[in-house]
Amino acid sequence: MAVGLDFGALADYAPVFAKGVAVTCELTLVVGGLGLALGILCAWVRTQGPRVIRPFVSIYVELIRNTPFLIQLFFIFFGLPAVGVSLGEMEAAILAMVVNLGAYACEIIRAGIEATPRGQYEASASLAMSRLQTFRYVVLRPALQRIWPALTSQLVIVMFGSAVCSQIAVEDITFAANFIQSRNFRAFEAYIAATLLYLALALLLRQGMRMLALVLFPRRRAVR
Amino acid sequence: MSLIAVTEVRKRFGANEVLKGINLDVAPGEVIAIIGKSGSGKSTLLRCINGLETIDEGSIMVAGAQLADDELHLRALRLKVGMIFQGFNLFPHLSAGRNVMLSPMVVKKISAKEAEAEARARLAQVGLEHKFDAYPDELSGGQQQRVAIARALAMRPLALLCDEITSALDPELVNEVLQVVGKLAEEGMTLLMVTHEMRFAREVCDRVVFMHQGRVHEIGPPDIVFESPKTLELRQFLGMT
Amino acid sequence: MSPFTTWDIVRNLLLATQWTVLLSLIAFAGGAVVALAALLARTSRNRWARRGTVFYIELFQGTPLLMQLFLFFFGLSLLGLNVPPWLAAAVALILWTGAFLAEIWRGCVEAIPRGQWEASASLAQSYFEQMRYVILPQALRIAVPPTVGFSVQVVKATALTSIIGFVELSKASTMITNATFQPFVVYGFAALIYFALCWPLSKSSQLLERKLNVAHRRH
Repeated sequence: MAVGLDFGALADYAPVFAKGVAVTCELTLVVGGLGLALGILCAWVRTQGPRVIRPFVSIYVELIRNTPFLIQLFFIFFGLPAVGVSLGEMEAAILAMVVNLGAYACEIIRAGIEATPRGQYEASASLAMSRLQTFRYVVLRPALQRIWPALTSQLVIVMFGSAVCSQIAVEDITFAANFIQSRNFRAFEAYIAATLLYLALALLLRQGMRMLALVLFPRRRAVR
Repeated sequence: MSLIAVTEVRKRFGANEVLKGINLDVAPGEVIAIIGKSGSGKSTLLRCINGLETIDEGSIMVAGAQLADDELHLRALRLKVGMIFQGFNLFPHLSAGRNVMLSPMVVKKISAKEAEAEARARLAQVGLEHKFDAYPDELSGGQQQRVAIARALAMRPLALLCDEITSALDPELVNEVLQVVGKLAEEGMTLLMVTHEMRFAREVCDRVVFMHQGRVHEIGPPDIVFESPKTLELRQFLGMT
Repeated sequence: MSPFTTWDIVRNLLLATQWTVLLSLIAFAGGAVVALAALLARTSRNRWARRGTVFYIELFQGTPLLMQLFLFFFGLSLLGLNVPPWLAAAVALILWTGAFLAEIWRGCVEAIPRGQWEASASLAQSYFEQMRYVILPQALRIAVPPTVGFSVQVVKATALTSIIGFVELSKASTMITNATFQPFVVYGFAALIYFALCWPLSKSSQLLERKLNVAHRRH
């Protein structure tokens, strides 16, 4: 081997990575919450919302799901200022990721809503609940429970996708690795370390989602 | 004056007319069993009275209010009439107590404390006060159905519609549910029930309606309907020929 | 005003799109070969083949594609090889695609009832004969919709190769933006081109899936 690996050289840069991990976590958590909310809203519109706005949600979902995140991010960060909307890199990254996750979450949650047994709607109706109350109190939680694993996977995908945000100078894990390798020229070690950090965060994220599920859905079994 | 007045109600599913002009008046406190073969339209009639199906012709009045198919009128109607289903339809993510509390809280906007007191009382009424915190999947079918009854009662309805509420139960669980219904009948609740439990119908009901091919074929007190059926179809249905 | 017309922008973007398409095809074809090998290894009777494949799949599914690109780009040069971006991009994308397709296809193979394995085994077929003549032909039918669906992910994934310097649609967009100072127009058109590539694939995947479901219900 021409050059050996030297991970010791990374030790000095631990604080840089620590900052990167914090930023990636912040992005993922903020985006996870907002994206889920957007996904629920869009899924509600697509399944039982006002018919006039359904086509717009469909167009949004299709546009996002059929274009790369990188282009979405660049469009928001570089393109929007041209029409007078200037965002800092963190805001742009969060906006792009929320818009992205919202579209995927919409489709995932919609599937969960559509799997609701008809009897649940009938029971709610016979108890004089409105459609919105039925959605809010009866349909939503079991629907989320049904698709929680898919939602978790999507969130992990979004976190991996956040690596791209380093390209607009968001100081995440990837940005840290780029920075370090530009200083010590140990690119391979830097990216191995970054990869391991992402791997660990993904495991943590999955575990976190499992624990959140225990709180949100006290019942393991989604009945019928 | 009758509590529920069904007048010349017709209902079609596509080309298939399931209800062909139904007339039925239910007095307050009356207990009525609807019997008949499957496909005779008995479940559809019940579902129409609760507004789960729209009707094509005729009218349905409940406590003087006309059934209309906008959400406001429907909800007003459903505040007066509760419904119990064959498949229980409990909310799986809520405990038994929460199932009972939900609608009073979100629809009637009563406080959580009041709703809980009400839920405990209604669960006690069906003999399940100790299952307040149990989830539906921890309950037997009979217990689930009793929770469903408590849930409907918590809305303080004027009448209850029961749609084959024991048909999905194992035979040994049927009685606990029938006992609860029998007790409600004694206490003066107006009940309209589609059922296959002939003995129960005979013992508890004031009147029995026999439906056949979308029409009220025979109607009368149980001893008359069961002892001396007038028509061939009812005799066949009761296995007397 | 910039000396570039909208047509100049679109023409240059379309020229770069060729490379996006070519890289997508290479990644998909190469990935399919890798996935088939991984699938055989994953369902084989050799424990170590199975474990190795699981590790490969978990590794490539469990880390960001961008890291994989960086590692191939910088890692191979560590071995003294001078790696051009297109090669690192192709290798990383092939392995990434292979890992995902292998999992998708495994799901399809596992959807084939056990009885089919048992019946073919009772006819004295070897593992490869079972796969070749009994299991794969059936699995193939249900594998088509999700496979077409995943091709959308591959096309979108090629955008990341711009970051290690491979000039395809996304990299070209950045370069054209730097020359024209019209990011809104340039990235807008780039998005539309990606959409034109991906949407037909998404739609056909959906239609194929629906057709398959209908066929299933008729059984």
